[in-house]
Amino acid sequence: MLQIKNVSKTFNPGTVNEKKALDRLNLHVEEGDFITIIGGNGAGKSTLMNMVAGVYPIDCGTIYLDGKNISLQAEYQRAQMIGRVFQDPMLGTAADMAIQENLAMANRRGKKRGLKWGITPKEKEIFHEQLKRLGLGLEDRMTSKVGLLSGGQRQALTLLMATLIKPKLLLLDEHTAALDPRTAKKVLDLTNEIVNEQNLTTLMVTHNMQDAIHIGNRLIMMHEGKIIYDVKGEEKKQLKVSDLLKKFEEASGEEFANDRMMLG
Amino acid sequence: MGIVLAMQGALSQGILWGLMALGVYITFRLLDIADLTVDGSFATGGAVCAVCLVNGVNPILALILSTIAGFIAGWITGVLHTKCQIPAILAGILTQIGLYSINLRIMGRSNTPLLQYDNVFSQLEELTGLSSNWVVLIIGLIVTILVIVALYWYFGTEIGSSIRATGNNEQMVRALGVNTNVTKTLGLMISNGLIALSGALVTQQQGYADVRMGIGAIVIGLASIVIGEVIFGHKGAFGTRLTSIVVGSVIYRIIVAVVLQMGLNTDDLKLLTAILVAIALTVPIVMNKQKQLSMYKKLTGKEK
Ligand SMILES: Nc1ncnc2c1ncn2[C@@H]1O[C@H](COP(=O)(O)OP(=O)(O)O)[C@@H](O)[C@H]1O
Ligand SMILES: [Mg+2]
Repeated sequence: MLQIKNVSKTFNPGTVNEKKALDRLNLHVEEGDFITIIGGNGAGKSTLMNMVAGVYPIDCGTIYLDGKNISLQAEYQRAQMIGRVFQDPMLGTAADMAIQENLAMANRRGKKRGLKWGITPKEKEIFHEQLKRLGLGLEDRMTSKVGLLSGGQRQALTLLMATLIKPKLLLLDEHTAALDPRTAKKVLDLTNEIVNEQNLTTLMVTHNMQDAIHIGNRLIMMHEGKIIYDVKGEEKKQLKVSDLLKKFEEASGEEFANDRMMLG
Repeated sequence: MGIVLAMQGALSQGILWGLMALGVYITFRLLDIADLTVDGSFATGGAVCAVCLVNGVNPILALILSTIAGFIAGWITGVLHTKCQIPAILAGILTQIGLYSINLRIMGRSNTPLLQYDNVFSQLEELTGLSSNWVVLIIGLIVTILVIVALYWYFGTEIGSSIRATGNNEQMVRALGVNTNVTKTLGLMISNGLIALSGALVTQQQGYADVRMGIGAIVIGLASIVIGEVIFGHKGAFGTRLTSIVVGSVIYRIIVAVVLQMGLNTDDLKLLTAILVAIALTVPIVMNKQKQLSMYKKLTGKEK
């Protein structure tokens, strides 16, 4: 499904700020995999997502998605196959545009955009139905500007937008990290529901180890631009947070001292 | 009587230049780009129109050709900004400076008088027998309404929506599969097309084109936008906002007329306009700070 072969990325090469963010990384994702990704600050998790989405060019290596070599495709071209939700709730939606306008934009992801009206009456009906299932009352505020919504509402909306047209791959980069615990749980439950329902192939970065263990069918841990631990199936289900901490210390030779990682 | 005439003149000037302000609005507010091509493309519209009229081209066709010249000017800035990744402000300046030479080349001299040639205004004047002020007003209004309707339609389409979204959140627009280089370039083209159309209409109305006619146009455009926003707010529906800019442009001309009547000379106007824009752009910031401060005082006071 998704094959990442020997991909490296160094930021600011040749300067004092040189930073190797991905180091000859290899990852093979099967169709229908729901992979949670954990790792310390600066491990390269976001960079991995950005490389797959095409935000920056990769230095070397190859990325195949659905059998196609997408290594050199522009971000907007890959978007046809990839749905994304970002950590920052501001990034996923256009604040000055109405909820329904944002959804209409998302409903044309990867399609040709021409001189047809930007939103059809039929779409409005569909959006109404889809918004209802979020259970946030957004279906009655479809013409409100997105800027008026809370962070959690915006993330839920972004999630809906990313999956409105079924993506071949869904990328979630700490998409609940900026939310309060209750809202985060709600958005996470919704994520689970949508991913399972559509059987989406998903990569989800999280800083919550419990979530990483309980959600999805596979877990990978990153450190210094590499995957240092990769576990799936029954073995993953049996994991405990303490196992993950041990693994981390083993692989990195460091004490796990990252206050951003949540053990709970 | 003098003041009435001056006001009527201000009204028609405001409407003709209002088209230019609409163009500036597309880049400044919708795309969130400060495009300085304006001063050049306005004169390009004038220059192309002048050459057309001198060579016996139908005045309406001359307006269309001028608009196309503006599209091209916007396209150049767009390519410089997106493909060559030159910051938008600099890309605009480069095009603007380049256009100065091009405009001179188009006209072959720095000023082309056109009084002996037919134009859209004189034609309607002959047809209807109305006074020239009325004719300018009527044509200006018709063109403005057509443009506002066209913009309203275009920015509601799929592609138009993605242009608006690009100014709002570029990252999201790319993540939704839109090439933002294309949307930015399209926005710049439409903007400069309108600006050139405005330059062409002004040229026909004043009876000459001058290579320097666009100097300071950007600031006049900004003044019209901020005056419109101060009066109507900037949260209204799209159609209202477009209309408010034209109204802003008219009010700007009225202010100018009043100031001139009070004895200020035209050379001081540019400074006055610059100060006006600076103040109008500062006011919302200061008001926000005030709000924040009073909120802080209120909430902190409560805690004691
Ligand atoms: N655009 C960028 N420019 C320079 N350095 C970057 C950039 N993006 C990420 N980095 C660096 O690459 C490393 C990996 O970052 P990132 O992938 O964001 O980590 P994570 O998401 O795992 O916390 C960090 O050291 C970070 O500072
Ligand atoms: Mg990150």
